Amino acid sequence: MAVPTPPAAQHDRGLPAPPAGLKAWLTSPAPASRTQARLGRFYRGWRGFVRNPAAMAGFVIVLLLLVVAASADLIATHSPTVAGDLRTERLLPPGGEFWLGTDDQARDIWSRIVHGSRVTLVVVLLVSVISMPVGLAVGTVSGYAGGVVDAVLMRITDIFLAFPRLVLALAFVAALGPGIENAIIAIAITAWPPYARLARAEALQLRGADFIAAAKLQGASPLRIVAVHIVPMCMPSVIVRVTLDMAGVILIAAGLGFLGLGAQPPQPEWGAMVASGRRFLIDQWWVAAMPGAAIFIVSLGFNLLGDGLRDVLDPKAAER
Amino acid sequence: MAVAAPRRQDGERGAAALRILIAVAKFAAMLAVTLVGLAAVTFVIGRVVPIDPVLAVVGDRAPQRVYDRVRAEMGLDLPLIEQFWLYLSRILTGDFGRSVLTTNPVLTDIARYFPATLELATLGTLFGTLVGVPLGVLAAVRRDTLLDQLVRVVGLIGYSVPIFWLGLMALLVFYARLDWAPGPGRLDIAYDYIVTPVTGLLLVDSLIAGEPGVFWNALSHAMLPGLVLGYFSLAYISRMTRSFMLHELAQEYIVAARVKGLSETRIIWRHALRNAAVPLVTVIALSYAHLLEGSVLTETVFAWPGLGSYLTNSLQSADMNAVLGATLVIGASFVLLNLLSDIAYRLLDPRTR
Repeated sequence: MAVPTPPAAQHDRGLPAPPAGLKAWLTSPAPASRTQARLGRFYRGWRGFVRNPAAMAGFVIVLLLLVVAASADLIATHSPTVAGDLRTERLLPPGGEFWLGTDDQARDIWSRIVHGSRVTLVVVLLVSVISMPVGLAVGTVSGYAGGVVDAVLMRITDIFLAFPRLVLALAFVAALGPGIENAIIAIAITAWPPYARLARAEALQLRGADFIAAAKLQGASPLRIVAVHIVPMCMPSVIVRVTLDMAGVILIAAGLGFLGLGAQPPQPEWGAMVASGRRFLIDQWWVAAMPGAAIFIVSLGFNLLGDGLRDVLDPKAAER
Repeated sequence: MAVAAPRRQDGERGAAALRILIAVAKFAAMLAVTLVGLAAVTFVIGRVVPIDPVLAVVGDRAPQRVYDRVRAEMGLDLPLIEQFWLYLSRILTGDFGRSVLTTNPVLTDIARYFPATLELATLGTLFGTLVGVPLGVLAAVRRDTLLDQLVRVVGLIGYSVPIFWLGLMALLVFYARLDWAPGPGRLDIAYDYIVTPVTGLLLVDSLIAGEPGVFWNALSHAMLPGLVLGYFSLAYISRMTRSFMLHELAQEYIVAARVKGLSETRIIWRHALRNAAVPLVTVIALSYAHLLEGSVLTETVFAWPGLGSYLTNSLQSADMNAVLGATLVIGASFVLLNLLSDIAYRLLDPRTR
């Protein structure tokens, strides 16, 4: 990629012309444009991220999850839902034709895990997509408006925070009826309050900033100020928090699946697969062990990735 | 001056008392609002159930007249806000309705199942604290060594592992393969019905009744689920201990203690840990509250007859009174534990006095 030489702004101040090259352009101490500054910050963050082996491991795991989910049809060796020969292929141990063995319906566990990665990804993505805007909206409005609005919104947030997440999700799914869509809605309902808290804290700090006052003087409506000026500033920390929460979302979704409240059979959901293996735990351990290991690895990956992202984006919190 | 001084002190004391009173009132008001909010959430959940509670009582062949009468009897024809008021006044008197599954009042059921959960969560928290705190301290003292990394890995696994799967694997290894632990349940059948429940905590009741055999059997049964549950709290507590200790060890009073020539052991365990202990109390209380949640999944795996099993069994049979009652009780315990940890923090930390 051709690298643009730094624009003229620097020469005016008599700074020495920086050496050419992408790296130099990215690490320039005096970025000449907003894009350069942003890319530069991103680059420095990336450098720190790459140097952190744990974060990279998490990154690789999540990347693998994405690849597996995208090419599930190619990677799976058998059908995830159609049963095999019930007389000869039931509960076979790992090895040979069935890499991770077969379950009680003679289905290949490997193929089911591979296809299950799609379910997991959909849950994580949809929960984030639903809960993040809600949390951002509640938090920024609350922080910017202050007063009664703030008090009311924060009380509501506290009430949702007061329930243990799994229990609240359980109660909602019980009311809405089992199924993957309802599980996603229920988890999203329990996921937004921390984002609202975080966004409110940031909005409170921004409220008195000069650029907000300037926008106000220009006649911007409160809605516009919140949407255009405050929300974008709150995004980075909320995104980090969402990433950190993804492992928790996976575990709750798996827990709901395990209790039979998530994805319904024959959909290959990992938690439900563990539950179906319970009956054969003693003699055919792989039926329950393999999908559980998949949940564990993916949730570990998201945890590592989230920790790494936080270290990069928020050096203050790195100590914790 | 000499005359005025005591009076001013009196005034200050009065002002301080007033401040505390206001703080307590604020606390109480917030607690009340949160608890009413909890009730509102369960009320709303109860409303969105697609099952018509009137139809469930009268059956779908009842004439309209009967249907309307029962609907009025159940208070379902009232405006929502009045219905909520009725609901609130009922749960305040401890009336959560009847469980369809067990036919008992839900509160009776909860009173019977809750101690088992409490027993498990206490055991888990004990394990998590007794192992997690020293681990966290050592990790902070030997920062960036192999030990620190090891503690970090232990913590990460604790955060990432699905607890129901960990429970199943523990059963597979320690019960089925190694035969170190007894199977699921709270007691072997041979020990059933020996001890009359007093507190409902089997470990306590067996001691009261003077039945050591029952006690040891109960303890051996509680060990595996307790450890599985405690592993999560170990992960959380060790991580937070490490972070608090790192903060304390960087303070100047530690340097002063070193200059004074105190032994490193004394500095770490007496000086630093003592200050780190204040926020740790909050962390331990929080982890205890989270174990109430973790017990939902652990109990189903270990067939442990606690609130979690009760909740999941009721879920499976759409027994909404029981589900909402259990949810409310777990939520309220969560709020109270949070409150207690907050109060303990204020009492322990001289700066907040």
